[in-house]
Amino acid sequence: MKLVNKLLMAGAVLALAACNDPSGLGGSDGASAGAGVIGTGLPSDPTSVAYFQQAVGDRVLFAVDQSTISTQNQTVLDGQAQWLKANSDFNAVIEGHADEQGTREYNLALGARRANAVREYLISRGVAADRLKTVSYGKERPIEICSEEACYERNRRAVTVLSSGLTG
Amino acid sequence: MIRILTGLLIAAALFPASLMAQDGPLRIEITEGVIEPLPFAVPGFVPDTPEAADTARQLTQVIAADLTGTGLFREIPSSAYISQITDFAAPVQYADWKAVNAQALITGAVGVSGGKLTVRFRVYDVFSGAELGNGLQFAGGIDGWRRMAHKVADAVYSRITGEGGYFDSRVVFVSESGPKNDRRKRLAIMDYDGANVQYLTDSSSIVLAPRFSPTGDRVLYTSYESGFPRIYVLDVGNVKRRVLQQTDGTMSFAPRFAPDGRTVLFSLEQGGNTDLYALEIASGRQTRLTNAPSIETAPSFSPDGKRIVFESDRSGSPQLYVMRASGGEANRISFGQGRYGTPVWSPRGDLIAFTKQNKGRFHIGVMRVDGSEERLLTASFLDEGPTWAPNGRVIMFTRETQGEGGRASLYSVDITGRNLKPVRTPDGSSDPSWSPLQN
Repeated sequence: MKLVNKLLMAGAVLALAACNDPSGLGGSDGASAGAGVIGTGLPSDPTSVAYFQQAVGDRVLFAVDQSTISTQNQTVLDGQAQWLKANSDFNAVIEGHADEQGTREYNLALGARRANAVREYLISRGVAADRLKTVSYGKERPIEICSEEACYERNRRAVTVLSSGLTG
Repeated sequence: MIRILTGLLIAAALFPASLMAQDGPLRIEITEGVIEPLPFAVPGFVPDTPEAADTARQLTQVIAADLTGTGLFREIPSSAYISQITDFAAPVQYADWKAVNAQALITGAVGVSGGKLTVRFRVYDVFSGAELGNGLQFAGGIDGWRRMAHKVADAVYSRITGEGGYFDSRVVFVSESGPKNDRRKRLAIMDYDGANVQYLTDSSSIVLAPRFSPTGDRVLYTSYESGFPRIYVLDVGNVKRRVLQQTDGTMSFAPRFAPDGRTVLFSLEQGGNTDLYALEIASGRQTRLTNAPSIETAPSFSPDGKRIVFESDRSGSPQLYVMRASGGEANRISFGQGRYGTPVWSPRGDLIAFTKQNKGRFHIGVMRVDGSEERLLTASFLDEGPTWAPNGRVIMFTRETQGEGGRASLYSVDITGRNLKPVRTPDGSSDPSWSPLQN
């Protein structure tokens, strides 16, 4: 029953979510990877995608060339794991990204390392492995576009993008 | 004597470099780095009939642009001429061309009849007062006039430098549009000089790093069409594509053909770790070449197919390594300061081009295959992804500008670091791959 309600709601906001995302937080940063992309719902609903993105936090950042999960990242990922365990009708694709310093190929591999580090951590916190996929966008999908560390540090990220578990 | 060739495709073989090399003083040694370009004159090719006039004029312009574009030649403007060429068969007045300091003179004639184009040309060493090689004729469809111009220019370049040419070649690349945080990419192909751009895919998903097959008939590339990066192979003739490598839960990227065109090297990522694999296209048989927790990517074969140069961060930072084509132990060849990536073996086998990142700047460079004699050819905010001209004397690469308005475009530079210049494309562009000379 709960799932049905949520999917109906998701359907209702889908059209909005697709074009109305000024925060830069919503949805997938790249092409839709994996199962169906879904609406974000209301941030006040703790079972909504919006809540996951904003209250739990859908992304962690990395140091230059690194894929280590920092203590700060662990807190965010602990929250993600808890949420995913409580909302088992969602799966996730973890998108790894790099900043623009570095070659295209190396950054693809580096983004994969980051995405996988997050996936491993979530699994270690009890999320079922078959609910978590990874993809790397390397330096192809920056969210910040200046060529300074202030932007780079926000681009070196792994984003946990929720997808409906029904088709995943 | 004029040799009549019926096809477009035979000319290069008729002029082996070793013969050209003996043709007197008119000679450029490319490897020494040319500081003073050789002056040449290419008076408008003579149209056989009035209807051939336009084609003759355009063809002459492309020949001149090819030659001057190398940085090795300088065109004497026609306003300086003291005599004209109105009859292709008439004897050349060497004194008139000496007087305007044209060291090389290229004359030609163009015939158009029934959609067919014929081009005849001769090259003269003005100061020796002799013809350089024999006259030559190309024939083909009128649509192929640019290719015929490139063929003529290749022959001239070859006769004067003793090296193979590179003008009758194509480049496959990624055409880019849109802002930096919403970049659209699609595959495109063009002549080496930026003419005749055609699009091979749409921009509905990210496409990266196309690579020509050794005969130029197919292109490998990475696409996010499935939501995950996978390697595709595209037939240039009919623009049909198929996925070449897919294993669920993995990413495949950085593909490159073996010199025989039957095997593909690529990077496969599993569980966050990227290693090198070889895939036999016909059988689908996949062989693992490296097995390390580090990143192994950007592989490129030596032209004899015996060795592979690649990029790895096994030492702690990305560096270049060479190993046998079957895998096994690898020798590090890059030892300078900074990080090295995207190594590409020269078609001549003598050099490896690479991307280098050092102190916040990017460079395209070359080194010998043992890593010695490293030479940086460029420097900018972001230069990457070198590809070799078919003759191994020129490199094309991606240059991206800094900041919010950052835009990627193609540049070329010769292996001495001279003649750095942009390659004109309609939109932003990246990831060039240079074809072999066309047949």
